[in-house]
Amino acid sequence: MKIKEICELLDAEVLLDPVGDSVDFKCACGADLMSDVLAYVKHDALLLTGLVNAHVVRTAEMMDIPCIVFVRGKRPAQDVLDVAEECGIALLSTEHTMFTACGKLYASGLTGSAGRV
Amino acid sequence: MNYQERFPVEAGDFASAGEVSATIKQKLKKIGVAQALVRRVAIVSYEAELNMIIHSLGGEMVLELSPREIRIICDDVGPGIPDISLAMQEGYSTAPESIRMMGFGAGMGLPNISKNVDDLKIKSDPSGTRMEMVFFIA
Repeated sequence: MKIKEICELLDAEVLLDPVGDSVDFKCACGADLMSDVLAYVKHDALLLTGLVNAHVVRTAEMMDIPCIVFVRGKRPAQDVLDVAEECGIALLSTEHTMFTACGKLYASGLTGSAGRV
Repeated sequence: MNYQERFPVEAGDFASAGEVSATIKQKLKKIGVAQALVRRVAIVSYEAELNMIIHSLGGEMVLELSPREIRIICDDVGPGIPDISLAMQEGYSTAPESIRMMGFGAGMGLPNISKNVDDLKIKSDPSGTRMEMVFFIA
């Protein structure tokens, strides 16, 4: 699933997109606990989260996660956008809650990404 | 050892958290280390860097490279890990609430480090902690 399709499914706003069509997402992870993301998420996953600090972007960078979706209409501050731009990570924002956003993506074919890395 | 680089890590410096690990990751990618191994090193390095920022009074991380292995050494100043076997258990954490609010401190750090390294040595006493993490290059 490409970023364009994710945006359509979640009515998401693109905050930053250095990724474009280059990644075809197969799996996703919904988490506010970055410790879990570091322990369980496979590479090239989509990350959905309600956290908007720079550590989310740093965690994504370490885990080769190319795109983060902020749920509940959250938007990160400029310094977080700057780190994401530096790292080449796409950022989206959706008004949907974590549960609804994950459900929409799962129903459209994305699987969970949990599994030991 | 063919290459060594040292990185200072300051206690409580959350604004810079991950910068050392990002530098290490970029360096390994640049010299052509396999992506899966780079990812393992990055995870371990980031967990260790966060641990130093959260729990120690500061220290340094050292990256050592040779044709056979990648080694990351974390050397910090106190207060040390009181019970290493407890700290190795998933879910055991002494991190304060402020750290949990940032998405960390779930007691997954050391167990996750242990799962991703090929060799791990930890020495700790109240004056500080030294961790040596080794990855074999296949």
